[in-house]
Amino acid sequence: MPEPEPVKVLTLMEPTAEGTDENSPDVISGTATRRRRLEEISELTGKTVGQVRCKDPFVVAEDVNVHYGELHAIKDVTLEIGKRQVVALIGPSGCGKTTFLRCLNRMNDSIESARVTGRITLDGEDIYSKSLDPVALRARVGIVFQKPNPFPKSIYDNVAYGPRIHGLAADRAELDNIVHTSLERAGLLKEVRDRLDEPGTSLSGGQQQRLCIARTIAVNPEVILMDEPCSALDPIATARIEDLIDELSENYAIVIVTHSMQQAARVSRRVAYFHLGRLVEVDDTDKIFTNPQHKLTENYITGRFG
Amino acid sequence: MKGRDTRTAVEASLRRRRRKEVLFRLSGLVATAVGIVFLGVFFASLIGQGASAFRQTFIELDIEYSKDVLAPEGELDLDYADFDAVVRNALWQEFPGVTDRRARRDLLRLVSAAAGFQLRDALLEDPELLGTRERVAVPASATVDMLVKGNIDRSLNEARRPLTDRQLEWIDQLAANDRLEMKFNTALFTNGDSREPEMAGIKGALMGSFYMLIVTIGLSFPLGVAAAIYLEEFAPKNRWADLIEVNINNLAAVPSIVFGLLGLAVFINWLGMPRSAPLVGGLVLALLTLPVIIIASRAAIKAVPPSIREAALGVGASRMQVVFHHVVPLALPGMLTGAIIGMSRALGETAPLLMIGMVAFIVDVPSGFSDPASALPVQIFLWADSPERAFAERTSAAIIVLLGFLLLMNLAAIILRTKVGRRW
Repeated sequence: MPEPEPVKVLTLMEPTAEGTDENSPDVISGTATRRRRLEEISELTGKTVGQVRCKDPFVVAEDVNVHYGELHAIKDVTLEIGKRQVVALIGPSGCGKTTFLRCLNRMNDSIESARVTGRITLDGEDIYSKSLDPVALRARVGIVFQKPNPFPKSIYDNVAYGPRIHGLAADRAELDNIVHTSLERAGLLKEVRDRLDEPGTSLSGGQQQRLCIARTIAVNPEVILMDEPCSALDPIATARIEDLIDELSENYAIVIVTHSMQQAARVSRRVAYFHLGRLVEVDDTDKIFTNPQHKLTENYITGRFG
Repeated sequence: MKGRDTRTAVEASLRRRRRKEVLFRLSGLVATAVGIVFLGVFFASLIGQGASAFRQTFIELDIEYSKDVLAPEGELDLDYADFDAVVRNALWQEFPGVTDRRARRDLLRLVSAAAGFQLRDALLEDPELLGTRERVAVPASATVDMLVKGNIDRSLNEARRPLTDRQLEWIDQLAANDRLEMKFNTALFTNGDSREPEMAGIKGALMGSFYMLIVTIGLSFPLGVAAAIYLEEFAPKNRWADLIEVNINNLAAVPSIVFGLLGLAVFINWLGMPRSAPLVGGLVLALLTLPVIIIASRAAIKAVPPSIREAALGVGASRMQVVFHHVVPLALPGMLTGAIIGMSRALGETAPLLMIGMVAFIVDVPSGFSDPASALPVQIFLWADSPERAFAERTSAAIIVLLGFLLLMNLAAIILRTKVGRRW
């Protein structure tokens, strides 16, 4: 990582301070020094700035490292995610957000070269313990992918698939009920009520993504992981999904990867900034966007990065 | 300035690019046209030569199912009754002038040996015929058939054509009396092989091919698909997997006769299975088509988007459920295509069958997997080898039937594929 000149940092980060506080350079240099010290510590130890802990943690990741063969993709990430909390993971491309997200429901298992070390617990239970079947885990930790990927089956079957394989419905009526409520909660029911037997792939992009969300919540998971769920959608569809995330956060813990600062600001309670495999800073959303502690975070959220 | 440079540069190159495109399109068109012409020539020659084999010359004779001849001891025994004598008598009666022994022998040669069998079958069906007279169309011999079809040159010297001047005269006489008749050649589809062209049929070979393909598809499709699924979805990707992949690819390119040798050594010599049997042929062809089906199925599985797998894993499907609920249904059309390509290859395969004895001259129509049998391509090979002129048109006819069989299989594959594809 390049080590910038202190003066440069100053001009970059404190343009207002420089303008208004011309008479008290000590204050400015004091802030700058403190920040630089923090950054140095962070660089050296990989220690995350801000609040990695939270009240009432539900998912806890401790010193998680991920290797893809030779590549060290995630370095010593520690992060707690609370119940009924939306946490946004932000950061430049290739920084490990998605990799970290996929660790939380062991989707990385299907990548042969991936090796995950450290400890991740869900409600106190180690999800990488040998006794835990990833199938059971994924029923509790649902995931919505970047690109809408409905099954090439009917809308009904898309939503009913999870409940079916897990045996969540005793009979057809119950399954119907699950499908309807899931579609309803995903805000899709009104649009597809009369064509549940049409293929899910015939829907528009935004509808498909909501169908995927309905498919995920049909299993009634405890945590929902979202990997840039709106990256392929137009602003209207994006707004719908964001409303949906808001509603869902009343019941689920949600971890969302996003490239949109505005989206992170709108939907999340806490924001985690990743950079080159390290979790640089985590804090409450307001704090991250108004007063980031780390230079890298600030560079990123102000658009100066890269 | 820079903008103008681009514009002039593009315009300068435009003509060259267009010319290239036109040339490319033209060469493609020529290639397609050449292909179509060859196909046309192929079909024209095939149908031109083979179509006449579907019709056969018959001679109408006044047959008397005489009790004296057929049941000299009063009781009719179909196994021993002399039906050839009935045919003979009818001929003598038709040509009362022919009394010389040699001439009579020549006269007999006009009618096929199948005539006696035909009369026997008629009597078997309707015993009431015994003692009656009726006009019956019996198959003419192959040489008469060839003459009627215009395949024998009358102007040739007598010694150089299969029919003597005398025989020509009799045939002309029969024709003048309107006793010659062309009928559909049912024998071609109901008989096994024969040394007499007019009695030779492809039913034996057809049934042989049929039994063989049942064994082949019954073995190679499930095995091939299972192997492909295992290798693609479950097997660890290591050096062993690479080794297996290379070997499968090589196996697909091994000359088919080698598989025949393998079948001969393993199935017949070592396991003691019967020779010339569709069972062994099917096993050998299964080995032959297995790599083709594995390769096609693996390609079909690979083509299933990973996002579908992830989606299924994401809602908590196990690996088995991912494979059988999502991957296999989506890959099935591709797998079926592979299977049909494999089956088409198996249907047309001749060399390995020669090694396991299916090239034998077999008259009986096989009625099971272990009966001696021939196969369609082998039958074509055998007939193409025969010197009789009448076998030439039968060879073409058999090829037409083989192609029809192939077409039918491909049609079935297309129907199956659209049915499977429409499931979602």
